[in-house]
Amino acid sequence: MLNINNLHTAIGDKEILKGLSLKINAGEIHAIMGPNGAGKSTLTYTLGGRPGYEVTSGAVEFDGQDLLALAPHERAAAGLFLGFQYPVEIPGVSNVQFLREALNAQRKLRGEAPLSGGEFLKVARAQADAMGMNMDMLKRPVNVGFSGGEKKRNEMVQMGILDPKLAILDETDSGLDIDALRVVGEGINRVMRKPDKAVLLITHYQRLLDYVQPDFVHVLAAGRIVKSGGPELALELEREGYAEIAA
Amino acid sequence: MTLPTRRDEAWRYADIDAVARLWPLAAPTRINVAAGDAAARHLIVDAAQGATEIRQFAINLDKGAKFDFHVLALGGAYGRIELDVILHEGADFNLGGVILGNDDQILEIVTTVNHVEPGATSNQTIRAVMADKATGTYLGKVAVARGAQHTDSVQSFKAMLLGRAATANAKPELEIYADDVKCAHGAAIGELDAMGLFYLESRGLTPADAKRLMLQAFVAGVFDGAEAEEALQAAALAKLGELV
Ligand SMILES: Nc1ncnc2c1ncn2[C@@H]1O[C@H](COP(=O)(O)OP(=O)(O)OP(=O)(O)O)[C@@H](O)[C@H]1O
Ligand SMILES: [Mg+2]
Repeated sequence: MLNINNLHTAIGDKEILKGLSLKINAGEIHAIMGPNGAGKSTLTYTLGGRPGYEVTSGAVEFDGQDLLALAPHERAAAGLFLGFQYPVEIPGVSNVQFLREALNAQRKLRGEAPLSGGEFLKVARAQADAMGMNMDMLKRPVNVGFSGGEKKRNEMVQMGILDPKLAILDETDSGLDIDALRVVGEGINRVMRKPDKAVLLITHYQRLLDYVQPDFVHVLAAGRIVKSGGPELALELEREGYAEIAA
Repeated sequence: MTLPTRRDEAWRYADIDAVARLWPLAAPTRINVAAGDAAARHLIVDAAQGATEIRQFAINLDKGAKFDFHVLALGGAYGRIELDVILHEGADFNLGGVILGNDDQILEIVTTVNHVEPGATSNQTIRAVMADKATGTYLGKVAVARGAQHTDSVQSFKAMLLGRAATANAKPELEIYADDVKCAHGAAIGELDAMGLFYLESRGLTPADAKRLMLQAFVAGVFDGAEAEEALQAAALAKLGELV
């Protein structure tokens, strides 16, 4: 589903990703761990097409398409979802209005009919319920005044509504309380654990992986994948730290 | 009346050639709100492309009167809305204005609010979105007469520039001859938040729709509860669609 080959990304004239390769097949869940500043969020933003994140070499294929040739909104329509490490506050723009427009814009690019207001609200309500978020919050301006944990939950509600093929979740677990962590973990499994979908989880901690068991764990350090393994690698990392493992 | 020049404070950003073609101007529209009454009006300056429209108002609020004015400037090569307001004791004046310009448009809102007696309030909220080479201007003078104690006046101007060649001018001016008054003013000129745009686009919105949504939020609120709110919102939204 996703094939990243020797990816180099620069921000300004600083190279952050230095030859990163990673292959994710449909039905798989991958976790990436790695020290602060390693380039995990840079990878997320590069795959999403954030302006200023310049791919200087390498290739990314997503579902048979050249991902890097697509604009951010086209990547979304192709089935990519980014869960932001720091979800953005957008004053004055209501969650439901924006999500309905976003979903219908995606459907339009895919040649599907738009959802009516009523149809959309039904989908939105079901997803909000499943993530323990009430509809009042969904009507409020995007992330404005939300607590750190509420923002992360909102990311998951959005993922549920947009129903992507591939979700890249950048530290969705940080800032969540113990109960929310379980709800979010179950939510990821419910929405994304399907034979035709895949997930790339970026996390610092094993606790999320207790709920969402990864098939593969990778260590990202200094802009490259330096080690890959099965779920046991995360436990090893937690025990021993990066210095030992990634050396 | 002699033709103004750019040295006149209230005309410093005006298109004087356009003004000259309309000179002499017709007398201003008079609005009088009688003591204790409340009134509301709205105005959309939507002159044809290349045309000039100058709308001047002389507004008088008697004791305890209330007047809400909502204005939208979006049409014409040069569009100007000019208000001269006199507030008597305890009167309440509210202005909500939106300026939306593109191409070479010059659009302005120029106000003089005279607090001539005690206890009157005035509240002016102006939002501008300027694209291409357009210029949007708010000149707001608040004059508080001697003895007009407990005057409470607020002016807020915020502009969003969508291109490097777009301009916004703001000049709140206070002329205060009373000592127990509250006069607040703020002006901010900025650009759309790039991270916010990327966030919206990453969910599937086209760049134009992402911008439109954020701009809609920027000007929304000004027309909340306005007379003809729907017409104002719809006209603003249509113009925003052209700006992005
Ligand atoms: N705009 C920028 N200009 C220059 N350097 C940047 C910029 N943004 C990020 N960086 C640098 O890129 C490197 C990678 O940052 P990134 O956010 O991808 O790390 P991360 O692995 O996600 O870290 P964390 O675990 O703390 O979230 C860091 O050294 C950071 O300082
Ligand atoms: Mg990060």
